[in-house]
Amino acid sequence: MKLLIKNGHVVDAKTGLDSVTDILAVDGIIHDIGSDIDETGCEVIDANGLYVFPGLVDAHCHLRDPGYEYKEDIETGTRSAAKGGFTSVACMPNTNPVLDNEALIKYVINKAKTDGIVNVFPIGAVSKGLKGEELSEIGELKFAGAVALSDDGRPVGNSSLMKKAMQYASMFDITIISHCEDLDLVDEGLMNEGFQSSILGLKGNPAPAEEVMIARDLILAEYTKATIHIAHVSTELGVDLIRNAKRRGVKVTAETCPHYFTLTDNACEGFNTNAKVNPPLRTQKDVDAIIQGLKDGTIDIISTDHAPHHIDEKNVEFKIAANGMVGFETAFPLAITYLVKPGHLTLKELVYKMSFNPSQMLGLNKGTIEVGKLADLMIFDINEQYKVDVSKFESKSRNSPFNGFSLYGQPQYTIVGGNPVVRKKVLL
Amino acid sequence: MNLKSKDLLGLRDISAEEIEYILNTAKTMKCIVTSNNKKTAHLQGKSIITLFYENSTRTRLSFELASKYMGASAANISASSSSVQKGETLIDTGKTIDAMGSDIIIMRHPMSGAPHLLAKNVKSSIINAGDGMNEHPTQALLDMFTILEKKGTLKGLKVAIIGDILHSRVARSNIWGLTKMGAEVNVSGPATLMPPEIEKMGVNVFSTVQEAMLDADVVMGLRIQLERQKKGLFPTIREYARFFGVDDKRLKLAKEDAIVLHPGPVNRGVELSTSVTDGEQSFINEQVTNGVAVRMALLYLLTRRGTVNEVTD
Ligand SMILES: [Zn+2]
Ligand SMILES: [Zn+2]
Repeated sequence: MKLLIKNGHVVDAKTGLDSVTDILAVDGIIHDIGSDIDETGCEVIDANGLYVFPGLVDAHCHLRDPGYEYKEDIETGTRSAAKGGFTSVACMPNTNPVLDNEALIKYVINKAKTDGIVNVFPIGAVSKGLKGEELSEIGELKFAGAVALSDDGRPVGNSSLMKKAMQYASMFDITIISHCEDLDLVDEGLMNEGFQSSILGLKGNPAPAEEVMIARDLILAEYTKATIHIAHVSTELGVDLIRNAKRRGVKVTAETCPHYFTLTDNACEGFNTNAKVNPPLRTQKDVDAIIQGLKDGTIDIISTDHAPHHIDEKNVEFKIAANGMVGFETAFPLAITYLVKPGHLTLKELVYKMSFNPSQMLGLNKGTIEVGKLADLMIFDINEQYKVDVSKFESKSRNSPFNGFSLYGQPQYTIVGGNPVVRKKVLL
Repeated sequence: MNLKSKDLLGLRDISAEEIEYILNTAKTMKCIVTSNNKKTAHLQGKSIITLFYENSTRTRLSFELASKYMGASAANISASSSSVQKGETLIDTGKTIDAMGSDIIIMRHPMSGAPHLLAKNVKSSIINAGDGMNEHPTQALLDMFTILEKKGTLKGLKVAIIGDILHSRVARSNIWGLTKMGAEVNVSGPATLMPPEIEKMGVNVFSTVQEAMLDADVVMGLRIQLERQKKGLFPTIREYARFFGVDDKRLKLAKEDAIVLHPGPVNRGVELSTSVTDGEQSFINEQVTNGVAVRMALLYLLTRRGTVNEVTD
């Protein structure tokens, strides 16, 4: 099968490619990049006026399968990812049962083969049952196909266990993704502690609850020489701590999510549970620092933290509403609209943040457009504006605070292994 | 004039004109409460439900009497006996009450924002009778009514609110209301019980109770939940009383004719000394009477919305 993408503006981070050219994929592999490629026998995509990126790679999402299929499953989750331009996603292990053993890692991989329309890479649990008490079988997880380890949803509260996890995981060359939260400091806080929590009368979750834990994990990573990845950074001091650790040579990468560079805790106004996430939406000062961190390279990755929830888990009192928002279908347009359009990031930098870096962090051979590599690609129009309509999401869930937002950069084509799964914005 | 919203969820989202209108109406209502014949027909044919997810005999009784004095049919649902325990959602409960023909649901809930959620999902008017740490608008209205009665105006007055501001919905509603009406608000209390950046609400924050009370026209004590001590928010009741309690000596810092208010019940010797609680400057009992009047006014104004009886003045 031959697929020819004609006249797209191809941007690649690793190779530095940044020009209008054609891409030919044969049997899913990139065969040729250049002009005047012979069209015979090809399915042709006219990408004139459009940008061509390596397929997006999400290093942090929740597919809710197994156990919470009423929120999302591998089929709907990967459809939602494809609609958002993602060709590979790494899903967190806080399912039911928890992905803390070989059998469950294989379950996800196998189910993704039959039901998934993009590549799925499971992340294994750091501790058995996410309980933070005993290490899970990290070696087995890795050999079963886990691409990273995380107790996401919860911190590894016990510092000694975290140190051991880092030491042990290093032996298997697998990264720990840390969900940084000091639960004593969170103290049942529901939103960012600050002016908004004060006037809404909602218990505050202070920025130090995140920062203290980031500091701990950076210190432990420096000590153990392990590789660590800090999930969903949301605060100014968090960015600063990571910047400093990088200078000291700590093997740390960091991610943020679109909501942390687009929204402040003002979004919780009116007790809007769609704006309830963990870590919570912070202040403008933090948003500015996150953008700065993305610009100067402190924050390597933009991940979605796609966290679908059923309507009944959000249409309740703020205190008991679930944390999280769906992310796949808005992540890239938010990055284009709020980072690229205002000039904070170039398109090439965005390729690093949303494709190449996450691929590197997870050890995937993806995130670049090169001859001989799998043809995982996405194509978008940077000038066309569209209105977010949550009712049209492919995800099973609708919990997004971005409904009605006007954004640029909606993916037009998503191509997984040379196979277009989204064509002209339509998912097949 | 008329209230703009179908609900009264807080003083944050209501205008100074509306507050003034409610307080004016309450003046008339107070005449009824203090008269020999406490029976009017203002709410005849109206159905009023109190839905309390948290105990508060005082507030509930105040609303129930207000409803009954004006001839409404009133019923009470308390959370212990209700469907909460069966896992029924708040919205389902609200819709059920709505479907039975209620006009107003008066709601008390331990979670901030619960009445806002209900208001969006039912046809009945919702009156917030206290939600979590968020607001308690009728309490603030009765406080303001009491101040107005004693001082003749709210504008330019200095009101000191002392104690657990963080957890106090009474404080929040008072701050919204009083600042809207042109009063100056000073707050003080333990730093662990002070909401962050509260000064952005337009109040003055003082690290000592003495400074906050200096030249005050009104001193408002707040009830301290004694359980907060277990959570480490202050060391002991004794220390609280010593540094944050209002006693005769401290009251002298306020203006000579300052009045003392408290939403009750007072932890005697903790927030207020007994001599202050029972002293001449205290209007704590008057507040209770005024509470009924203010609630009558509100019930009347909310049920009158959109009817032919609506007065256009
Ligand atoms: Zn997390
Ligand atoms: Zn997550």
